[in-house]
Amino acid sequence: MANNLIKSNSLQHPYARGGGKQFLIFVKKEWLHIWRDKRTLFILIFMPIVQILLYGFALTNEVKNAKIAIFDQSKDIATTAITNEIAASKYFNLIKNLHSYQDIEATFREGKIRMALVFPNEFRNNLLHTNQAQIQLIADASDPNTANTLTNYATSVINDYQQSINQNKPLPYTIKTQVRMLYNPELKGAYSFVPGVMALVLMLVCAMMTSISIVREKEIGTMEVILVSPLKPFRIIIAKTIPYLLVSMLNIGSILLLSVYALDVPIVGSLWLLLAESTLFTITSLSVGILISNTAKTQQTAQFTSLMSLFLPTLLFSGFMFPIENMPIPLQIISNIVPAKWYYIIVKSIMIKGLGFGAIWKETMILISMTLVLLGISIRNFKIRLS
Amino acid sequence: MKNEKVITAKNLVKRFGEFTAVDNISFDVYKGEIFGFLGANGAGKTTAMRMLCGLSIPTAGIATVAGYDVYLQNELIKKNIGYMSQKFSLYEDLTIRENIRFYAGIYGLRKERIKEKTELLLKQLHLEGEEKTLVRALPLGWKQKLAFSIAIVHDPAIVFLDEPTGGVDPITRREFWALIYEASERGITIFVTTHYMDEAEYCNRVSIMVDGRIDALDTPGNLMKNYNASSMDGVFLQLARKAIRKE
Repeated sequence: MANNLIKSNSLQHPYARGGGKQFLIFVKKEWLHIWRDKRTLFILIFMPIVQILLYGFALTNEVKNAKIAIFDQSKDIATTAITNEIAASKYFNLIKNLHSYQDIEATFREGKIRMALVFPNEFRNNLLHTNQAQIQLIADASDPNTANTLTNYATSVINDYQQSINQNKPLPYTIKTQVRMLYNPELKGAYSFVPGVMALVLMLVCAMMTSISIVREKEIGTMEVILVSPLKPFRIIIAKTIPYLLVSMLNIGSILLLSVYALDVPIVGSLWLLLAESTLFTITSLSVGILISNTAKTQQTAQFTSLMSLFLPTLLFSGFMFPIENMPIPLQIISNIVPAKWYYIIVKSIMIKGLGFGAIWKETMILISMTLVLLGISIRNFKIRLS
Repeated sequence: MKNEKVITAKNLVKRFGEFTAVDNISFDVYKGEIFGFLGANGAGKTTAMRMLCGLSIPTAGIATVAGYDVYLQNELIKKNIGYMSQKFSLYEDLTIRENIRFYAGIYGLRKERIKEKTELLLKQLHLEGEEKTLVRALPLGWKQKLAFSIAIVHDPAIVFLDEPTGGVDPITRREFWALIYEASERGITIFVTTHYMDEAEYCNRVSIMVDGRIDALDTPGNLMKNYNASSMDGVFLQLARKAIRKE
């Protein structure tokens, strides 16, 4: 009798052995969760677009149209010429002529200007008769990078002027520096932001969403029911990540389209290599998400852990905001365990420098090893929890 | 029918480190039987049930479920049992039909069979025309009944119910038990844990766990007679008072 019962049951389960069909059913269910939750879906698809536009246009470290003021005590041909040059430059926006030193301080204090140029008395006379004249550049260094950039720009405008008046006279010794900016001749900030945003978005979308969706099943109790079913735990986990893998591919596509057509950042290297490496990084991020889901008991914990342990490290240690070489040694060592760092190097190499796989195989290997280790730990933990 | 065993447990033990959650329990469950598994919180019910469902490996002892060994034939056991957890176990953001399709699907039912089953189930629960309603919109009692029907959608040999009627009003509980009787008449064995002593009286046989051991196992009628109690409540209180373990 018992045997008959079992036989009749196994007749009803012609696919029970293969499991491929069950796997697809699970993926479909997972997709329905995402589809039903329109708000999250909206965020998933538009967050990368907003981020890329934000970082690309608003959060740029290029300096354009910086407001400056000039205190010209000579008002001669030379100072006028220099003032005109400066005002014509796209970097500066001359908004005020000042009339005293007190004026300078007051204007700075009001926060109206970032830099002031001061020409002393008798500028041209000094230049012609003593061969020396001085210009004072006063910059608001509460933002040190901008202050630095502005004084550099101003100095180079002044140097140009100097050269133009020296043209007729032969100088005894001259060294001319010839500067070439490789890979990014126009020094666009987007060239480093686009790879950075890709790393950030993929990491957050994949890790946070998978960890939340796995923990959610634990919270609502469906995980137990699924674990009692014939589905293998490993397949359950993989099935849960597949829809997010697809969403991530969509995100990679939208980021690349935007960067090429809206930010004018070209893909110099192989698009396919770039896509393949991005898929690899997506899988790494998904494994991070699975690992987080192992430890988190509630959806909030999962979300919080993902944000805290991923957002800042990715931002800080991927190297796209702050150069890792400038960090203290301990932080440099820590940066090595941040997957985004390696992905950032890979994307920059392919997209901006146009390098092939030969240049990034080491970074690729590191990402693959990280993924395998993360998956290994997660699956082991998953099994321990079951026994 | 009565003498065909679908679950056997002999000297089953589960230890977590120093703590013995399930202490040497032995019992048999017969085909089509409604077997009540009682005990205070922390008595070891859930742990014992998890071992039988293949969610947890016993530390010692022998157990077979639907004729399969819990150590070696885990996968075969899983195909032949249904399970309904303490927590409500349907997806609230999916429709009734999608929930049925999902759970029937992961047990490998064919498309036509799923369709057939869906119609049958909707009719049985008087939910015709509601298949596109999100489960979220159903009252708790309906959700619970739906969850039970889905737990046996693949016609398992045994269904394990872990406190299935928690928080449900008495009328719905009665309706829920009507579904259980119906399933048992179809030959599905019911293994149910519960807190409600009136429900214990609905069972064919009841076992009562105290501190990881099974202290009593008989029909509700015999238990009441032996313990000289007028209700299962009385029986349970006499046994549970002996417990050393606290919740």
